[in-house]
Amino acid sequence: MTASVSDPSQKHQRREHGLMLALVSPALLVILALIVLPVGWLAWQSVYHDGFTLENYRRVFTEDVYWRSFALTFEISLAVTLIALLLGYPVAYLANSLPKAWSILVLSLVVLPFWTSVLVRAYAWLALLQRTGVINQFLRYLDVISEPLALVHNTFGTVVATVHILLPFMVLPLYATMQKIPGDLMQAGASLGASPSLTFFRVFLPLSLPGVLAGCTMVFVLCLGFYITPELLGGGRTVMVSMLVSRNVELYNQFGAASAVAVVLLLSVLLIFFVVSRFISLDRVLGQK
Amino acid sequence: MTTKQKFGFGCALLGAIGLTTTAASAAEQITFVSQGGAYQQAQTVAILDPSAKKLGITINQDSIPDAWPAIKTQVGSGKPIWDVVDTPTGYCLRGGEQGLIEKLDFSKIPNAAAMPEAYRSPYSVSYEFYSSVLAYSQKTFPKDAPNSWADFWDVKKFPGRRALRNHPIATLEAALMADGVAPDKLYPLDVDRAFKKLEEIKPHITVWWTSGAQSAQLLNDGEVDMEMAWNGRVSAVAKEGAKVAFTYNQGILQSTSLCILKGAPNHETAVKFLNEAVDPVHQANLPLHIDYGPGNPKAFETNVIKPERAAQLPSEPANAAKQALMSYAWWSSPAGEAAEKRWASFMQK
Repeated sequence: MTASVSDPSQKHQRREHGLMLALVSPALLVILALIVLPVGWLAWQSVYHDGFTLENYRRVFTEDVYWRSFALTFEISLAVTLIALLLGYPVAYLANSLPKAWSILVLSLVVLPFWTSVLVRAYAWLALLQRTGVINQFLRYLDVISEPLALVHNTFGTVVATVHILLPFMVLPLYATMQKIPGDLMQAGASLGASPSLTFFRVFLPLSLPGVLAGCTMVFVLCLGFYITPELLGGGRTVMVSMLVSRNVELYNQFGAASAVAVVLLLSVLLIFFVVSRFISLDRVLGQK
Repeated sequence: MTTKQKFGFGCALLGAIGLTTTAASAAEQITFVSQGGAYQQAQTVAILDPSAKKLGITINQDSIPDAWPAIKTQVGSGKPIWDVVDTPTGYCLRGGEQGLIEKLDFSKIPNAAAMPEAYRSPYSVSYEFYSSVLAYSQKTFPKDAPNSWADFWDVKKFPGRRALRNHPIATLEAALMADGVAPDKLYPLDVDRAFKKLEEIKPHITVWWTSGAQSAQLLNDGEVDMEMAWNGRVSAVAKEGAKVAFTYNQGILQSTSLCILKGAPNHETAVKFLNEAVDPVHQANLPLHIDYGPGNPKAFETNVIKPERAAQLPSEPANAAKQALMSYAWWSSPAGEAAEKRWASFMQK
């Protein structure tokens, strides 16, 4: 590389970089002012209260309450991710194999619930799942059950509603990945005598794995921070980490006690992203093609 | 800018500042904060508008469901915007202890000075009362309804699904009454005994509710057969036609109070307003618009509240006598705070 600074093409490129920077700087400033600074300030409070202190973190790592909540949150997130994968993969596969017009229809059905508030959807699930809800009444009408089933106000109801809310985050990355798998590969497999299921398991599935990983990461990470759904459908017993955050503001009357919990959650999310990034480019997870 | 221009600009600026201050003192004003919704509307009609008119002041209103974090940040910033806050009494006390709330000079608040001592604190005056009561479905219990916390705990005699609030305040009191403690002998709470009693009922609790709306929905939809709920929520559900009822027997009488933020911008006017807001007549008007009882018991002597209406209110003397009066002083003491922290581990066990 011997190109001098005065190389016109390089100068041009540099000017373009400068322009790009100028264009994104308003957005960067907004992010800095509205996200980085407040989050940083809250994180600072978790270690500083009338002097430097690790009390808030000592509490998070030694008291049973926190350990139980973190364990439960990871269990729920794992369950939601697996169920969303099992439900979402066939949908994405269907959308991918249908003609364009039909696949748009399938995808819009997936995305449609997005435009309904999470709160409304939580109440809708309540109307379906509770003791006097649609499902229990229908089952009793059919004489399948004599006593109503406990479908909500517990972890089960929380998982069901959370899967519903997070499903699009599984389907869309899967679909995007499947779109990029060349159709000829399947034909090639078939022409070499492989059965459709063999081509699927040996060719299509491995090629779609980046999408699986991307969708699972999205769903898992988003689920870790869920608040409204467990609050409304958990019956008070399903205490996820985000609920501890809000509870700690009330209990300790200072933000530090709450932000310490949030910081630990944030660090676990970053750790997950770091581990995932060893296997797959993060661009994919974050939606870039 | 030349020196002359600067001078002229400065004068104009000073003039403008002077103008705004005169304008402000001509019409005194305060910022009053409550919890919004139907409750704040009822106050506006019954108390706030009449007080503003009588005192010749402007009352700017703001609302927030939970004022505590905002009180902390506002006073912490050194420049609070709010003057008077209507918030659960415990926060007024806690705020007073932490230097966030002004101490009151009761010689300037004669209406409050005339109230019983249990109805005020050095930092606050009771503003309205509500009660945590035992509510039940009349469909499940057409007769022989549960009538005490001991009944609520008796799952053999009163089978059915139950809900309690996901919060120790009032719940520990109920547990102790179920265990035989008299309503007027509760404090200081025997926390160990209360949690032991709660362990007993825990397997039979279907839902631990977190919001008043949720408690109303549970009762309305028949999701539970009995629960602890706030009296106003239960009567609202009953008014809509649901077959539900409640008893004041062994209810836990709770209040919100008025208090003034430390360094409030309009402190003097705020004190005047505080006195006016607990005036017996204004206070008597409140229950005509919402199912809460007046904070000043003298309101029942004004003849504004008809006897049949009075009988429905939590702070009506005969009803109050059946209930336990919550001690916010105990709940904001170290023992109370420790009990609150213990709740979380109880829930997750």
